Amino acid sequence: MAASAPAPIIRLVDIRKTYITGDIESHVLSGISLDIYPGEYVCIMGPSGCGKSTLLNVLGCLDQPTSGDYFLGGQNVATLNDDDLSAARNRNLGFIFQSYNLIQQLTVRENIAVPMYYGGATDEQMRTVATKLATQVGLDHRLDHKPNQLSGGQQQRVAIARALSNSPLVILADEATGNLDSKSGKEILELFDDLNRQGKTLVFVTHDERMVERCTRVIRLKDGLLDRDEPGAQSHRTQTPTAA
Amino acid sequence: MLANRPILRLLTSPQHLWRTVSLGMKSLWLHKLRSMLTALGVVFGVASVVAMLAIGEGASYEAQEQIRKLGSQNIILESVKPPENQSGASEARSLVIEYGITAKDIQQIRGTVPGIEIVDPSRSLTETIWNLDKKAEGQIIGALPMYPEMRNRHIVDGRFFSDLELDQHLPVCAITVATQARLFPLSSPIGKSLRVRGFYYKIIGIISDENGNTDPAASGPETTAQLLIPFSTLLDQFGETFFRYKTGGFEAEKVEFHQAVIRILEADKVESRAAAIRQILSTNHKKEDWRIVVPVELLKQAERTKRIFSIVLGSIAAISLLVGGIGIMNIMLASVTERTREIGIRRALGARQTDIVVQFLIETVLLSGIGGIMGVVLGVSIPFIVSHFAGVTTVVQIWSPILAFSISVITGIAFGIYPANRAARMNPVEALRHE
Ligand SMILES: Nc1ncnc2c1ncn2[C@@H]1O[C@H](COP(=O)(O)OP(=O)(O)OP(=O)(O)O)[C@@H](O)[C@H]1O
Ligand SMILES: [Mg+2]
Repeated sequence: MAASAPAPIIRLVDIRKTYITGDIESHVLSGISLDIYPGEYVCIMGPSGCGKSTLLNVLGCLDQPTSGDYFLGGQNVATLNDDDLSAARNRNLGFIFQSYNLIQQLTVRENIAVPMYYGGATDEQMRTVATKLATQVGLDHRLDHKPNQLSGGQQQRVAIARALSNSPLVILADEATGNLDSKSGKEILELFDDLNRQGKTLVFVTHDERMVERCTRVIRLKDGLLDRDEPGAQSHRTQTPTAA
Repeated sequence: MLANRPILRLLTSPQHLWRTVSLGMKSLWLHKLRSMLTALGVVFGVASVVAMLAIGEGASYEAQEQIRKLGSQNIILESVKPPENQSGASEARSLVIEYGITAKDIQQIRGTVPGIEIVDPSRSLTETIWNLDKKAEGQIIGALPMYPEMRNRHIVDGRFFSDLELDQHLPVCAITVATQARLFPLSSPIGKSLRVRGFYYKIIGIISDENGNTDPAASGPETTAQLLIPFSTLLDQFGETFFRYKTGGFEAEKVEFHQAVIRILEADKVESRAAAIRQILSTNHKKEDWRIVVPVELLKQAERTKRIFSIVLGSIAAISLLVGGIGIMNIMLASVTERTREIGIRRALGARQTDIVVQFLIETVLLSGIGGIMGVVLGVSIPFIVSHFAGVTTVVQIWSPILAFSISVITGIAFGIYPANRAARMNPVEALRHE
């Protein structure tokens, strides 16, 4: 292994997640180890119920694993208290959900700036960054609209802009195109392609096999275990340490 | 640094405060009707507190004014006709009933109680007062020249009689506004004469009524008409014994003084002097034929009553605000459940638990604060309307709206803490999954 290999943004070591409902223990994640490096576009695939969303929640510091270590940007997440976890989500992670999850009473501009708001940005910073990002996702003419005045595709663009607003280490998306028709879904996927080309690190949970064409790495889960870890069609964009 | 302490940040940065408040307003505005109905509970709570305080304060102000008119440094002694069963066996058979404050009492009080200024003894009797063919039932009072000053009575016109007129036992009189209203409805009474029994008195002045009224037009029928003549003149003409016609005959009574006012020179000694005077009178009198009125004691009594009134009022206020607070809590709990998703989103995007607490607390404080302001406006206008239309004195004291408003805000915080904490404690994953 080359000494000059970049440090992983995400390192999972034997992550397990067990839910106990009554007397029944269900092992949703049964020991997953995984490194994700800067610039990767990782697709996580697998049959329904195999634990993809659970894994993404762990990655997103929204849920704590039952056992195992998770290092985010070199920091062991298990040592963080609730406020630190909030700060870690705020600074290091961008979230994109299947159902957009915008805040209804806020305008597009305000929605984009929510992570900055909790990061302590000034009004001025929030305004400029939100305007810039809205332009980037093609919504500069909708800045003062409310979410319910936008189409699904437009709402998901707002969510993408919001995920970018604090320049996080990695963007996590759970079936981000699941609620969209094929045309606007394709537009969203092209936006993701652009982001990855600009060097953003993406982790994308999906059922869509065509995503293999767009990503740099495909991880397949099966029954809570890592089944296969293979390069995607765009793997030339990154130089994974294993390849080096 | 400050970002780690949302409340501190809120207090130190007006921009941040404004942002949080406007966010709260947006959320409340989303459910206008619901927010308004919730605030109404507080509106009525605060309004009733302010209004009741003003009306209560007004009533006690009126009572205190009346007591103060008697003079806060005065002690008033009155002769009281004793009940029949208290009269001794010997008196029961005698024709003349003798009772009341005597010269001996006054002498003794003057001799033994220090720091007092005598005294304004007076005698009075009820008689018919005549102006030619007009008549009025009224009180004839034999008084000293210091009478108006001692009783806080104003000279409305002319003058009161002087020491000289007292010494010379002259038939002059001062009448009250009520007497003027009844006997001289059209012309000025000064210089005219009035007749009582066979005696004529020349009117030299007009003084205010017992209730302080100085306007003849405003003098009601409940005010006694009074005619004041020099004490010496009264003794000359009516003697020491008064005859009064009664059904089935007439009865005579002998009273030396009907009333005497003693002024205590040091204001803080009034009560101890009153005790000494009580002591003297109860040793001198076997019957309960006297009464002592100490305005200061009445004032204290009035204050005690007012305090009880305030406690009752406070409890009612507390209950109404409690009800308002429960309303707020109820709505906030519903709102927290309804906005579970929003809370999950905010937590995912980096909101700490304290950020969520502050957000929801600001909303409850806005609800209760806006309700409080509307309540104060309503509560201040009610006493205004009441005194305008019902003629009742009301006193809105500066602190009462401030107090009511602060309590409403504190209620908002107290009842907002639980829902806000509940929102903050939610598991982000579950909150995000919430429909
Ligand atoms: N809070 C929970 N308590 C108990 N079991 C849970 C809980 N959350 C998830 N599970 C279980 O964990 C398993 C994995 O769920 P998960 O949502 O991660 O699946 P998924 O791979 O995202 O599926 P899909 O593709 O349908 O979204 C499921 O069997 C689910 O029933
Ligand atoms: Mg899922």
